[in-house]
Amino acid sequence: MRKPRWIAASVMPLALALTIAGCGGGSEDSGSNGNTGGSTGASDPDGALSAFGTEPENPLIPGNTTESGGSKVIRSLFTGLTRYDPVTGESKNAVAEKIDTTDSKVYTIKLKSGWKFHDGTPVKAKNFVDAWNFTAASPNGQQGASFFEQVQGYKDVHTEDPDGTAGPQKAPEPTAKEMSGLKVVDDSTFEVTLNAPFAVFPLKLGYNPFFPLPDSFFSDQKAFEAKPVGNGPFKFVSRKPNAEIVLTRNDDYAGDDKPKFKDLTFKIFESNEAAYTAIVGGDLDFLDTIPPTGIAGGKYKQDLEGRNGSTPYMGNQTLTFPYYDPTYANVDLRKALSLAINRQEIVDKIFDGTRIPADGWVNPAVPGYAKGQCGDLCTYNPEKAKEYLAKSGFKGTVKFSTNADGGHKDWMTATCNSIKNALGIECLYEPIPTFAETRQKINARQMNAIFRTGWIADYPSIENFLNQLYRTGASSNDGEYSNPKLDEILGRADSAPSVDEANKLYQEGERILAEDFPVIPLWNQTAQYGWSERLDGARLTSLRELDLTNVTVKKK
Amino acid sequence: MGRYVLRRLLQLIPVFIGTTFLIYWLVWSLPGDPFSGKCGDRPCPDSYVAAMVEKFNFDDPLVVQYGKYMLNVLQGNFGETFRGLDVGELIGEAYPNTIRLALVALAIEAVIGLAAGVLTGLRGRGFLDNLVLVSTLFLISLPVFVTGFVLQITLGFELKWIKTTVSASPAPWEHLIVPGFVLGSLSMAYVTRLTRTSIAENKRADYVRTATAKGLRQRRVVGVHLLRNSAIPVVTFLGTDLGALMGGAIVTEGIFDIKGIGSLVYDGILGKEGVTVTGVVTLLVMVYLLSNLLVDLLYAVLDPRIRYD
Repeated sequence: MRKPRWIAASVMPLALALTIAGCGGGSEDSGSNGNTGGSTGASDPDGALSAFGTEPENPLIPGNTTESGGSKVIRSLFTGLTRYDPVTGESKNAVAEKIDTTDSKVYTIKLKSGWKFHDGTPVKAKNFVDAWNFTAASPNGQQGASFFEQVQGYKDVHTEDPDGTAGPQKAPEPTAKEMSGLKVVDDSTFEVTLNAPFAVFPLKLGYNPFFPLPDSFFSDQKAFEAKPVGNGPFKFVSRKPNAEIVLTRNDDYAGDDKPKFKDLTFKIFESNEAAYTAIVGGDLDFLDTIPPTGIAGGKYKQDLEGRNGSTPYMGNQTLTFPYYDPTYANVDLRKALSLAINRQEIVDKIFDGTRIPADGWVNPAVPGYAKGQCGDLCTYNPEKAKEYLAKSGFKGTVKFSTNADGGHKDWMTATCNSIKNALGIECLYEPIPTFAETRQKINARQMNAIFRTGWIADYPSIENFLNQLYRTGASSNDGEYSNPKLDEILGRADSAPSVDEANKLYQEGERILAEDFPVIPLWNQTAQYGWSERLDGARLTSLRELDLTNVTVKKK
Repeated sequence: MGRYVLRRLLQLIPVFIGTTFLIYWLVWSLPGDPFSGKCGDRPCPDSYVAAMVEKFNFDDPLVVQYGKYMLNVLQGNFGETFRGLDVGELIGEAYPNTIRLALVALAIEAVIGLAAGVLTGLRGRGFLDNLVLVSTLFLISLPVFVTGFVLQITLGFELKWIKTTVSASPAPWEHLIVPGFVLGSLSMAYVTRLTRTSIAENKRADYVRTATAKGLRQRRVVGVHLLRNSAIPVVTFLGTDLGALMGGAIVTEGIFDIKGIGSLVYDGILGKEGVTVTGVVTLLVMVYLLSNLLVDLLYAVLDPRIRYD
């Protein structure tokens, strides 16, 4: 049977995206491979490019920026010790010449020479140490503080509020200003001592809180916030609140990933929908998130013919059981619910195939991922689901909840229906009006329904999908899940002598999740993006950002 | 006249204090913690929340918070958003765009609305009258976002006559014509109908008959006597409508991505940023009150029987 031509056409971007993402992880030179647009015509080295942006949630300080709107800008302005390969997500040295360790506990980091901040001052070891101490100190209230919790002396600079933020007591004044684990050896060398061995630590170093800060930051923070000074491929030019953030190429950039165009403007839009009309109309050059209205029925593939792409990124969507609610205490019930969700059908019908059904708790694009960790518990199987349900003896109503302002209603109700049909029990979807309210309820441990959770990797490692989510008392362990055995395995993984051995142990830890089922994996995310006719080689990195090293602007 | 204006201006002060407090209190009592949604899908670290609470006086009682805010406002400082942006600057950036949009809308509805109204009111029943009645009925029945999206798709995407989004700030006047039409279309229909009815009614009034009887030329009867008297309800409507157009521009601004106050208020409410919402809405209230004052003063110009003293 002959396939109609449109199928081939619509499969092509997906196939292309898969090759780009390099699912196998076999690394090839990123610069020459997977050029989505194909270099046609001459490119303009002084071209200008406008990309979709959202208003940063906080002033533009690396240690305080973890959300995507600010992150895009910060990551263009700064380059850390390492950076992540746009295709494979592998960590490579950038400012760091080498990162040495013998015991995974003490790291000696040597910097390359020739790196300069945009104000002309050299990037020294001190700039890293000062920045890390600033971010970690609790009185500075930086969002990225917890990334330093493995560093020796973190507890001395970061104190906890004894009765939480709501209580009347305040956090005590820290006893030290600097972490004892950070030591400047000379201008280009510093030493990091961790509390305990942690093999994956170097993989974190490309993430925002680990970026260096120039001396001028510490003398005048207000001036820095108004005009951030980084060491990255782009320099800050100007910012108009709610309208645009303008950057221009840093011609003194010392990295080998120099951009091939000049001006980069993040245009801030009221909504994704407005940005979508702008990119279709040619008023915007790059949009990293096509809104649901564009994805429905594959509309964006016609609107942006030949200039759209789809790529998996390191994010997944899950359903978390509140462990503090006895309703879901039975593990057989949790497994029954997972078996009763027809992931493939929901992905096809609701998401137009733009999600990949999950087979485990770790995203496949992440180094360290192992296939099929969920076993057959993540595959739709109504008979087996009924058996588990009978074993659990559960009779009652299952409740689901999430924020109503995030467009989750369709798949939530579809999931509910799938469970209802497969198990014959009642299922209710109870939305909470806003994201902030939902987060507040989750943080206060007041959820009485199974709730949506999502995770996007901060840095490409299997560790990021386990330690922060499933360890007892971990910062994003929203369901209060706790298993000493898992903690023990994760602890051993952290202190493994090499990343490979660590990854094996992390995978072993992931299999414990399949026994306890504290969280139902649903699907892994893919991102749909589009670009204007003026661009060549536009693609999205596995961290869901425009790959600034590969894209070129056509000559007018 | 002068004393009347002064009295009206003095009345603005209690209104200013009352509205700011009411709005501040309303935003303050919205459910949800403003800092819990600021770190994406992960909880914000305690030290971050503590620093923010400290910075924005969130642990003070409402009245103290409001007092601190007002003290700053009186010194010309509108405060800072949770994102660390200056509210005064944000308002200064957004207001001109909304005012431009509202003025374009007002001009469109006044010119087209009045012209159509006068024409049909004078002519009376006939094809034109029916056409205007049906088309205004059509406009009134359409929600603004339908008109907006239809025009954006047909004129922008299909015919490529206009830019689909007005992302520049300050927004160029010529880009605001279609968004202004969308925003003003509903009021335009009302103005048309109001003018038409008012003229049709006054056409049979005694003073018109007298004017015609004493031998005045038709042009003067209509141009001076009839139109001037019929304008009062229309001017009232247009005056109050300026405030409504500015406050109601959220949808239109959203569709055409105009950097106006609409999104500022919307984000402010969602993020529980009392400072932003209060600043923007208070200015809206001021515009509303001032345009009302202007309308009241225009009455005296239009109708010699009205005096203020």
